[in-house]
Formats: sequence, C-alpha cells, structure tokens
Amino acid sequence: MSGTPYAPHTDADVEAMLDVVGADSIDDLFDIPESVWFDGAFGIDEHTEREARREVEGTLARNADLTEFLGRGHYAHYVPSVVDDLSGRSEFLTSYTQYQPEVTQGFLQALFEYQSLLVELTGLGVANCSMYDAATALGEAALLAARVRETTGDTVVVPDGLRAERESVLRNYVAGADLDVESVPMADGTLDVPALRELVDDDTVLVYAESPTTRGAIEASLAEIADVAHEHDALFCLGSDPVALSLLQRPADVGADVVVGDASVLGLGTAYGMGLGLFACREAYVRQVPGRLVGASTDAAGKRAYTLTLQTREQHIRRERATSNICTNQAWLALRAAIHAAWLGPDGLVDLAERMVELPRDLASRLDAITGVRAPVHDRHHFREFVAHTDQPAGAVAEALEAEGFAVHVVGGHEVQVCVTDANDAHVEEFVAAFEEAA
Amino acid sequence: MDEYDQARYAGEDAHEPLLSEKGETTVAVEDTPLPEELTRDSVTLPSPSEPEIAEHYVRLSQMNYGVDTGPYPLGSCTMKYNPRFTEDVAAHPDAAVHPDRSDESVQGTLALLHALQDSLARIGGMDAVTLQPPAGAAGEFAGIAIAKAYHEANGEGQRHEVVVPDSAHGTNFATAAMAGYDVVSLPSGEDGRVDLDALEAAVGEETAALMLTNPNTLGLFERDIEAVADVVHDSGGLLYYDGANLNALLGRARPGDMGFDVMHFNVHKTFATPHGGGGPGAGPVGVTADLADFLPSPQVREGEDGDYERVTPANSIGKVHGQLGNWLVLVKAYAYLLRLGDAGLRDASGKAVLNANYLAEQVPYDVPYGPFHHEFVASAGEQDAADVAKRMLDYAVHPPTTKWPETVEEALMTEPTEAEGLRGLDQLAAAFERAAADDDAALANAPEKTAARRIDQTSAARDLRLSWHALDDDSDA
Repeated sequence: MSGTPYAPHTDADVEAMLDVVGADSIDDLFDIPESVWFDGAFGIDEHTEREARREVEGTLARNADLTEFLGRGHYAHYVPSVVDDLSGRSEFLTSYTQYQPEVTQGFLQALFEYQSLLVELTGLGVANCSMYDAATALGEAALLAARVRETTGDTVVVPDGLRAERESVLRNYVAGADLDVESVPMADGTLDVPALRELVDDDTVLVYAESPTTRGAIEASLAEIADVAHEHDALFCLGSDPVALSLLQRPADVGADVVVGDASVLGLGTAYGMGLGLFACREAYVRQVPGRLVGASTDAAGKRAYTLTLQTREQHIRRERATSNICTNQAWLALRAAIHAAWLGPDGLVDLAERMVELPRDLASRLDAITGVRAPVHDRHHFREFVAHTDQPAGAVAEALEAEGFAVHVVGGHEVQVCVTDANDAHVEEFVAAFEEAA
Repeated sequence: MDEYDQARYAGEDAHEPLLSEKGETTVAVEDTPLPEELTRDSVTLPSPSEPEIAEHYVRLSQMNYGVDTGPYPLGSCTMKYNPRFTEDVAAHPDAAVHPDRSDESVQGTLALLHALQDSLARIGGMDAVTLQPPAGAAGEFAGIAIAKAYHEANGEGQRHEVVVPDSAHGTNFATAAMAGYDVVSLPSGEDGRVDLDALEAAVGEETAALMLTNPNTLGLFERDIEAVADVVHDSGGLLYYDGANLNALLGRARPGDMGFDVMHFNVHKTFATPHGGGGPGAGPVGVTADLADFLPSPQVREGEDGDYERVTPANSIGKVHGQLGNWLVLVKAYAYLLRLGDAGLRDASGKAVLNANYLAEQVPYDVPYGPFHHEFVASAGEQDAADVAKRMLDYAVHPPTTKWPETVEEALMTEPTEAEGLRGLDQLAAAFERAAADDDAALANAPEKTAARRIDQTSAARDLRLSWHALDDDSDA
C-alpha cells in the first residue's frame, strides 16, 4: 500500500485530473512556502486492516479484567441490541449536523423525540439535543443563570461533595464571566440545607444540587433548596439522570429551573467517561439555551417537518454573542438514548429505576452483616450506590478487592463506595464473598 | 393526511409518525421501594414493541443523508468516508471501562491514549497534546484557557483581546468571548488572506492571541504565515491554529513549524471518525513546550518502568470535560491513523487537494481567489446560494456550505475530500451545472424530490414546538 485505502482514484484518474487542472504533480498544487514544507516522517507505520485491528485490540487487552462496582456519575446499564444495530446504520452514523433539513428529517425527528423524552422526565418546557457531558452541562447552566438573572451576581453555589472533576470544569466555564464557585457542606450524604441558607445571598446566581448525590443518596430537600435559591432570585439547577428521573420527584414539581446531568446511562454506559450531557430548562429561558434545538415546523406542502431552530443563538450565526461556543455535540449518543428509552418504555424505565433502589439496599445490608463493615454509612435512601465504612483502611480493602477482580471507589480513609446495577448484579455473590475476605 | 395512510417507502414525501403518535402509556409510580414524597406521580411515554422500534428507526435512517448516501462536500466540515473496522474496534468489550479504575488496571486504555497523544504531537509539530476536549470548539476553549493561564503566569494578565479574521469559523469568536476575551475582528486582505498591515494595526500589548485557520476557510494557504507569526509574537501574543482544515496539510506542513503555539485537531474530520449527525467528535489540543505545563488534568505519561499513569501538569488549567473526553472517538481515530500510516496520511491530503482543484475547474460559477487547497468558495452571483443548495438536493447530492464566508457574495463553500472519486466529483459538477441553469422559480420551489419540501424556518422559530407535548393541538399533523 502506498497511500490511503479510502480514496477511490486510480493512477489513470489522477493523471487525467492533473491534466484538467494543469499541474504536473499533486505536490505542485500545494501553495506552501519551502521554508515550512515538511519533509520529515511521523514514524507511524501503515497497517493492513487486520493488523490495525490486532494492534488496537491487543493494546486494549492490557486492561485488567475487573468486575466494576464503580459509579459516582458514570453508570452501566444493560444496553439492548437494537440500540447498537439501529444507531449503527450508516445513514445516521455518517451524517453531519442537519444544516439541510429536507434530507435529514430522520435524524431531526430522532433528536426531537429525544428532546421530548427529557421534557417528559423533567417536566420543564425545553430540552436541547445534547451537551458534551454532565460537567459541561453544569458549566453552561451557570452561564445561562448569569445571563437571565435580573440583578447582577457573581456566585455559583455547589455541594461540597460534588465530583472534583465537575467542579473543575465548572470553574473553567465560569471564569470568563467572572463568576466564583462556592461550596456548601453536605450533611449525611445530602445537602446541608441550614448551611445553604446561610451561604446563599443576593450575589448568588445559581444553586446546584444533585439527586442522587455523588455519594448515592436521594436528596430529600429539593423543594426547600429551590425555595432558598428563589428567595434570592437565583436559579435552582438539579443534577440527575434519565433513569433516576423516571422514579424520583419530577424536577418541575420541586421548583427546578434547569436540569443537567448525564444521559449516557441510556444507550452508552461508562465508556471511559464519555458522556451525553443532558440540558433542560424552563421555557422562559429558551432564547438563552446553549446548543442545538430541533423544532417542528411545516414544509412547503403543508406537511409537518423538523428543523434546527433558534439558530440565531448559536456560534455560527451570532459569533461572539452566541449563548455558547458548542457546535459539534453528542447527537449520535442522543439517538442511542432515545432508542434505549423507547425499548424500555415507561414501564421499563420505572422498573429499572426501582431496581436501582432495591439492589443497593440489598447489597448494603449484605455488606453490613460483615464484621468490620457498616453500610450504608448514610441514613438515607440510595440510588444505584452507597458508601460503606470499613474498620480496615479503605485503600487496603479496595486493593484486596482488586486482587480478587473487583473495583470499588475509595472515598475516605475508612470509606469505600459501591455501585450495583443490572450490569453487575449477577456478580454480587462473589463480590460479597471477596468483601468478606478483604474487610 | 392520515398518518397511517403513508407510502411504505422512505422516498419523496416520506413521513414517519412520532412514536408518541403510535401510542403512549401512562405509568403510575406507586408501591415503590421509596416513600411517596420522594417519587413522582407518573410517567407518560410511548411504549412501542421491539419490531415497531426497529421499523421506526430504519425508516428514519432512510430519511437521512450521510456520507455513505452520496457526495457530501460540506466546506470546512471535511465529511469523508468512515472506515468500517474502526467501529468494530471501538465496540470491543475491553474499551468499555469505568473512568475511575486504577491506572494499573487500565494500562491498555492509557497506552492507547499515550500513543495517540504522541502521534498527534508529531503530526502537528507540537511538543505535547491533551486528548480531553470532546469537540473542536471545546478544543478551542481549552487552547484559549491555556493561553490565558500562560499570560497570567507571566504577569501579562492585561492581554484582554483575541484577534480573529472575519472569515474564521464562528466558534473562534464564541470561544474567545466565552473565555472572557474581547474579540477583535480582522478584515481579510484583497487576496482573501491575512493583511499584514491590518494585522500590525490590530495587535499590541492587549493581544492574547490570534486565532487562525491555515489553509483558511476560502481554501487559501496563508503564504506569509511566518511573517504573521512574527507580528503576533513580537506583540507578545500567541498564535492559535484552528485545526478544522488540517486535512489539507497532512504530511506536507505542520502548524508547529509555521510558528503556531497552540492548536486543536478535529479528529472527527481529519481522521475520518463518523460525525454521527452532530457528534460526538473530539478536539485534542497540541501545544509547544512553553505551554505544556498548563495542559488540562490529567495527562497520560509513560513512567520509568514503562507503565502508563495519569498525572496533573504543574500549572494545569484543570479540566474542560468531566473525564478524558470522547474516548470511543479517540479509539477510532487511533485505529484510522494506524491503517493509513505516514504515506496514507500524506496521500489523503494530496487527493483531497487534487479533488478540490479538479472540481473548482468544473463548477459553472465564478471562483474568486486561489490557488486552492482542500476547498474552494464559488459565488452563485445573481442566484441565491441557499436556493442553489436546495436545488442540488433534487440532483441527489448534499450541497456545499452556503452563504459563508460573508466575504464572498452568495458563497458556495465546497470541500469534496479525498474520499470522492472521479464519478462522485462529476456527479457534483453536474448538480452544480443543472442548478446554475435553472430559473428562479425552479430554485425557489426546490427541493421537490426529498422527504420534506422547503421547510418554513420562520414559523419554526416564531411558533416554537420543541417536543411532542407541544404538538397536542397540532391539527395539521
């Protein structure tokens, strides 16, 4: 092979085309000064398809074979085969953003259905058709809050137990708008509401809370948190995910103005942290929404048709006055989430969510029965995961578990965090046995 | 129209009801393992059977145009053929790991990331690369945040302006503003390139960076790039490379050699990973050694024992994505790089440039400026470029990018990429010619042969209907 296998040209084609353009060689077409012409090599060897596949799969095979009991914002659920098969159709996979809606009705309708799913689950009027992940969606929510708030303010309030990664992204997102991030303490796995009341003032533009929280607890005080925010003209932003939202209090009912989170719990899984940023908000803020929106309209024949809409908010039209710089988003993952949700249906979603309460409850009580273990640490209802106290140092327990083929989080000197879903519940027996040994 | 009285084929005037129109179910949320005050009352969603789901999405896919459907010469977007095997590789079970696993247990993942960091650094002529940004615009944001941190560390926090040529991608302007910079728009010179005098006038002590695409969006190489770099660097600013058009340079020139300090790669464009109808992409950022300490956390490094580890650079800006970005896209990009190797990458840019020049010769419109690299911008002149595009849909190709850049009247920005062969190029040329010969009425009524006719954008924005809930009283449906 002497070139890309993915260009159809024969040598004769190349000669004929060079004749048409009046050049002796392809290199002659490059208008690059000699001083910056590159003659070196990258040292990347070409591979046959079979060799390239073997090389990549051989590299990945160096990953240890662990059964993961890991969560903290990244969750695996069983993904039905129709998701891979249907989303893998190349008409979806190889298309670009829908700048020509007349020939991209299929993807537009799928995104419209994804938006509709989130509108139902959040109860809010508007959902966009994706952000990069939960962290960047939170960053965008803070910027939206700063734009829509009637009076000036410069503080975003987040829980002390927020994943450090999410807080770091948030800080980068709001730095340009000169906003600060402040943390409110957690109490027993959820937000310390009296402390929140102390902290929030008229400088606050956004109060962020999660349910379930980073430590897996279901937040019981959402309506109260929303009230604290609203008393100071701040927005209340709830972080959650579509499976949890199928069962837990509807965000609109507890006063949420914005909902963010990761929708990759449907259709994707953990994927080394790749995400599908969920973003929904009250309809009043629709002109301040970041990212793409698909709307229904009609075509020249009077038939319903879908199109990207309110594009004047977006970077390609509004440039430096855009609501966000996002352009490429996670559209294909939104398609996957929509297919997964359709497959589950409302019954399946609620059932799955209920199991996400029962599975950790059962596993916690199993671990609690082990001498030297107390679980769950928090006297709360949990979703998918919980924190366990170990008399042994948590690091040593986690290491011993890893040696037996199980991965858990270390979240304190004597605390590990354990996540159980329909993706790993078949391994609970061995896990409990290994835990017994490790603890 | 009765929604069930539809053609069974997804051709002209195809229609597929929403899943909600095929039946919704309300599930009362009761008798749950939680107290009632923690739960919602009900969920109302469609509940189709698996056969209905399969039929629904197959029909939707048939109402969608992709690279595999036909020519897709969307200028500045680089829509090229996506190899099939990269999908299989990314779907391998060993790729599906949790991001919080210990470094020791994900040596394969870290080794791949490290190898990709290295390969991209060499391709860009950069000293260090982060793979974290999940898209090109996110890469721009990371790059500008790095530049800002660099200036602040050097006591140059007064630099509050980012200079952007008027023909640049809209993301450049939006990114600079998002990072808190004032945007200074730089007018292009008469030859469509950066005007050095205008640049001298635009930069100074307040300049943090110039963001530049090379070749630019007109497909023109900035021949004076070294002089541009000198002007920017003499002012104390940094030179940012927007990698959207890197496909035109692979193996022939490197941003680092031209004087760029920081750049992003659009791996979903340059390295043929599918765009998925709008993403995910990936926007790795490369920097020179001076900026390497500011890269996002974590970086993947090879330790002395040959093991890979995640480390935080000394003056890291922190994070721009919750984890390490769009991992599965990175796997595909790496597999693609291995497949092509040095010679294949060089050949890809050669054929992309040959194709653009060949097609530019065939189009019946005025093509100002030149010589061209991977894309060219034709002017539809008296015709409305958006109408021309709609008419091209009737001739079974995806049209070029329209009405942009604004520096060309009724712009048709065309990028065939190397994946189009002679037949595809001639098909495109024929579509251009037929549209150019059509009268205004034919253009205004186009398209006629697509699933939907011309869509009313104004009413879509005025009468917002953003979910199926908003269609309840939609009697036209």
